[in-house]
Amino acid sequence: MSLHNLMQWMADTEWSVGLHESRYAYSIIESIHVWTLCVFVGFAVLLDLRLLGITLKRVPVSQLTTRLLPWTKAAFVVMVISGILLFYAIPLRTYHNVFFRAKAVFLLLAGLNAWLFHTGPTFRRLGEWDTSPLTPGAARRAGAFSLALWAAIVFSGRMIAYNWFDCESPQKSAFMDTIAGCDRTTEATEARDAPSVLPGH
Amino acid sequence: MLLPYFQAIESGPIGEAIRNSTWLFPFVEAFHLLALAVIGGAVLLVDFRLLGLGLKRQPVAELARDAQPWLIGSLIFMIGSGVPLFMSEAIKCYYSFAFWTKMSALALAIIFTFTVRRRVTLADEARFGPRVLRAVGVISILLWSTVGWGGRWIGFS
Repeated sequence: MSLHNLMQWMADTEWSVGLHESRYAYSIIESIHVWTLCVFVGFAVLLDLRLLGITLKRVPVSQLTTRLLPWTKAAFVVMVISGILLFYAIPLRTYHNVFFRAKAVFLLLAGLNAWLFHTGPTFRRLGEWDTSPLTPGAARRAGAFSLALWAAIVFSGRMIAYNWFDCESPQKSAFMDTIAGCDRTTEATEARDAPSVLPGH
Repeated sequence: MLLPYFQAIESGPIGEAIRNSTWLFPFVEAFHLLALAVIGGAVLLVDFRLLGLGLKRQPVAELARDAQPWLIGSLIFMIGSGVPLFMSEAIKCYYSFAFWTKMSALALAIIFTFTVRRRVTLADEARFGPRVLRAVGVISILLWSTVGWGGRWIGFS
């Protein structure tokens, strides 16, 4: 079963249709997603800015990682759950959305960046620079990458709502179609457009 | 009473330019959302501290002073990006309950933040009891959350 077919199957499940068609559920989940963004990205940005030596310079980095990071992680869990539900409400279209695909790549890179920094030698020697407003190069680099990646994630996340490059929209470019994984062959288009139950039959 | 003004704003050059562009509204909106994350962090860092959560070992005044430029900077950025968004759909906003809720909450949040909250956060630790600090934190979170939710729901109406 291809991923496309898996998404098609998911889109046809009762809960997905229910979420998609409900008057308030989708909006409420999206509001939660946006509200939690303030906690999660807001605190992540503060930590990144501290790693860059720009703000909270008198606060030891370990204070941020022990007292603020748990909230950041909790908010991240809420973000992921609400995000999965939003995906689940519109799986097939979202799966083929170029901004969703970009967001997924940025998310992986942000995760990789955080993991490399937290397991790397600079963070293990945190005791040596914990209270210093001047942070080591590796910390500054990790902070800068993280800031850029989360900005890209928020940006592409917001753009998922727009259908410019969707497979159902007129073709913009072959390149975008490749990224979106669009199948514009006649059979695929007909299969997509055909109503599952033909009227009058 | 205000409707003619809203109509004039919507038909103005900025509103029209945004409506005529495919990319402009989403782009401005995405930057509005990025600034939301920053203002959220700057507000919540201090409000959490007022509630006795997060960076408990730091004095409230120190955190408030560190957060202040980010709060003011992102607030200016939010208003600067929010006004053109509003201009492109002023009439829709006029009839939107979410819009008026957001604007009322925003006015209250700004007044509260730069009067009561500012005084309490920058004062000596001993001057206000923990109950006052907690109350200020809760009110601030409620007001700013209403602004955020109201903003999101303008788009749903």
